Amino acid sequence: MRTLLRSLAAPALALAAVIPAANAQQGDVAVSAAWTRAVGTTAPTAAGYMTLRNRGAAPDRLVGAETPAARSVEIHEQRMEEGVMCMRPLPGGVPLPPGETVTLGPGGTHLMLVGPTRALARGEWVPLTLRFERAGEVRVELSVEAAGARQPAHAGH
Amino acid sequence: MLRWIRRATLGAVAVLSFLVLATSAGWLVTDGPLAGRQEVASGPASLPIGGPFSLTDHRGRAVTERDFRGRPMAVFFGFTHCPDVCPTTLGEMTALIEALGPDADRLHWLFVSVDWERDTPEALAGYLEAFDARIVGLSGSEPQVAEAARSFRVYYRRVPLEGGGYTMDHSASVFLIDGAGRFAGTIDNKESEEVAVQKLGMLVAR
Repeated sequence: MRTLLRSLAAPALALAAVIPAANAQQGDVAVSAAWTRAVGTTAPTAAGYMTLRNRGAAPDRLVGAETPAARSVEIHEQRMEEGVMCMRPLPGGVPLPPGETVTLGPGGTHLMLVGPTRALARGEWVPLTLRFERAGEVRVELSVEAAGARQPAHAGH
Repeated sequence: MLRWIRRATLGAVAVLSFLVLATSAGWLVTDGPLAGRQEVASGPASLPIGGPFSLTDHRGRAVTERDFRGRPMAVFFGFTHCPDVCPTTLGEMTALIEALGPDADRLHWLFVSVDWERDTPEALAGYLEAFDARIVGLSGSEPQVAEAARSFRVYYRRVPLEGGGYTMDHSASVFLIDGAGRFAGTIDNKESEEVAVQKLGMLVAR
């Protein structure tokens, strides 16, 4: 039994080292289910979505991000006002109160990848570095889902 | 006895006033001063949405609303510098096209850009690569976009951003127009795919 477990564990560990991580933790901040959507070659922007959790007792804040796959990354909020879609930058970033979970998702607060340097194809992974006020930098990988996907393909797994 | 008489009187008054109200209301609506308004309330087809436009498609061809007559159309207004809502809606359109199967070919699927400055036909072509190839992108000059938006009663506004650049506010609904160019309803972005597929199925069957 033990040998069986060991023989299963070794490849699993090897896989874990290779599989890009849509989840990451740094200090009190945990990032999970990070994803983006496929875009064409001349798409001027792409989106970044994820779940942020502050496990600590002090407030934190997502203040910025960067990726080699885009010229810059901005934090935006999306609002619907009387049937009209309005998107605005959030210069103050995303507040993360202690113990709370904040989701960046379609139709709400999201990252805008400005000027993708290449097309993003479904199934790829895009590295992204998030900057938090307290927790510092967190590296994560965005899984590229179908264009217009509502959620990551493995949501709930 | 007195109570019975009172009740009967009240009843008679109620019946009489109902009759008077009902007939006068009927007259008001059919022949009276309110008669003209009835057309407005008769259904979405009477709403003046989906009028003329003159734009360029993402392959560089000049088109007007007459090029799309004969088949119903689903029309969405947006812009390519929109990373969130526009891809969501175009992704939903792609899903609806797949769900409709062969019926999807009996509709026109249009994405009209309200960003007259940045959205050239080439920009639209690259943006639309990620979605179903049946979605046609339309763009135009500032007055052409203004005309199309007026025709669909679409609101849009250019909003300057701090540090340069701009974003666009825009109406989020998908408009449904029948083959004769009459307004046939909308698909709201809060509706389920099932409801949207039913609406499109009815539109195609007209």
